[in-house]
Amino acid sequence: MTEKSASPAIMRSMLGRARGLGSARSGLHHWWGQRLTAFALVPLVLWFIYSAIRLSGMKRGDVINWAVDPVVGTLLVALVLALFHHMRLGLQVVIEDYIHDERPRLVWLLVMNGVTGLLGLAALVAVIKLAI
Amino acid sequence: MATFTLPANSRIQIGKTYKAPKGAKRVRNFKIYRWNPDDGANPSTDTYEVDLDACGPMVLDALIKIKNEVDTTLTFRRSCREGICGSCAMNIDGTNTLACLKPIAECKGDVRISPLPHMPVVKDLVPDLSQAYAQLRSIEPWLQSDTPAPPDGERLQSKEERAELDGMWECILCFCCTTACPSYWWNGDKYLGPAVLLAAYRWIADSRDERTGERLDALQDPFKLYRCHTIMNCTQTCPKGLNPAKAISQIKTLMLERAG
Repeated sequence: MTEKSASPAIMRSMLGRARGLGSARSGLHHWWGQRLTAFALVPLVLWFIYSAIRLSGMKRGDVINWAVDPVVGTLLVALVLALFHHMRLGLQVVIEDYIHDERPRLVWLLVMNGVTGLLGLAALVAVIKLAI
Repeated sequence: MATFTLPANSRIQIGKTYKAPKGAKRVRNFKIYRWNPDDGANPSTDTYEVDLDACGPMVLDALIKIKNEVDTTLTFRRSCREGICGSCAMNIDGTNTLACLKPIAECKGDVRISPLPHMPVVKDLVPDLSQAYAQLRSIEPWLQSDTPAPPDGERLQSKEERAELDGMWECILCFCCTTACPSYWWNGDKYLGPAVLLAAYRWIADSRDERTGERLDALQDPFKLYRCHTIMNCTQTCPKGLNPAKAISQIKTLMLERAG
């Protein structure tokens, strides 16, 4: 709400501004997706930490033997998908909260989606290479 | 981007000190935010020494005493002095509350008073709430029904239906909650804020209202509703002891229920 001489004068009514562009009729699935992935990550992360501690100090061959088990492979893929989906949803909220100008916000969202997408894919490839 | 420092002309400076009359025994310092749109000066914090032996028990009593007896230029809103009009909402001792319901005895050390946070200031302790009022208007806070009212009486509710409105009809729209919400601070132009969402849920939960679906449609938006991140400042600060965060989570639950 800072008064800048360069900012355009606003004579639009307060009600017009409050209604803005209207409701986007979306947001539920973003919010619910964030909750679902959070719930899923609680057991998955606990299981992964337990596994990592158990595997620490073992030889590469033992780790591969562990990962080729279809149950372990499935859980690893589930962990990666839930984790990176959760990260994407959460970072989108952070960007929307703190970056208000439309253009920089769009740029940041694109960068964030690209980086999280690539990181998620890299993690997926690593799991597949290990488990197959 | 969010800004973390105040612009140069908003930095608060140390203002005047008004001494208590000689012989005062129980003196308390009131440090009050002052800003006058007409003098071009930065805001400042003035200190008023108040003799509690000659003052009522509430913070509003002290403000009225200061305005009557010490400094008539001190500007604030007040009306009912009993927590029902919502006029004297301000930040006292770091928490948004009503000056008329806040006992001076509950404040630790100096009593620091500033206007409701993050709203444009009209003068001193008077914030400009027109944006929040327009947001309240935008959710259409009145009964909407296609079924005509009975010609010979009121629209009736069962006791259970009426009980659904408890904890919401009591809201006096002082906007302590909305102005305590960081999400509203950062995105107040789009996020409706806890007070308005509580009012929206009050009509969603009303058994006599027939526009529930349209009301939910109007709220389902990443900014209008889903900027609420369950920070809970709203519930913690409400001077009437209401729970806007619960109302918001009930709106979110209904959204999920209808989407399946």
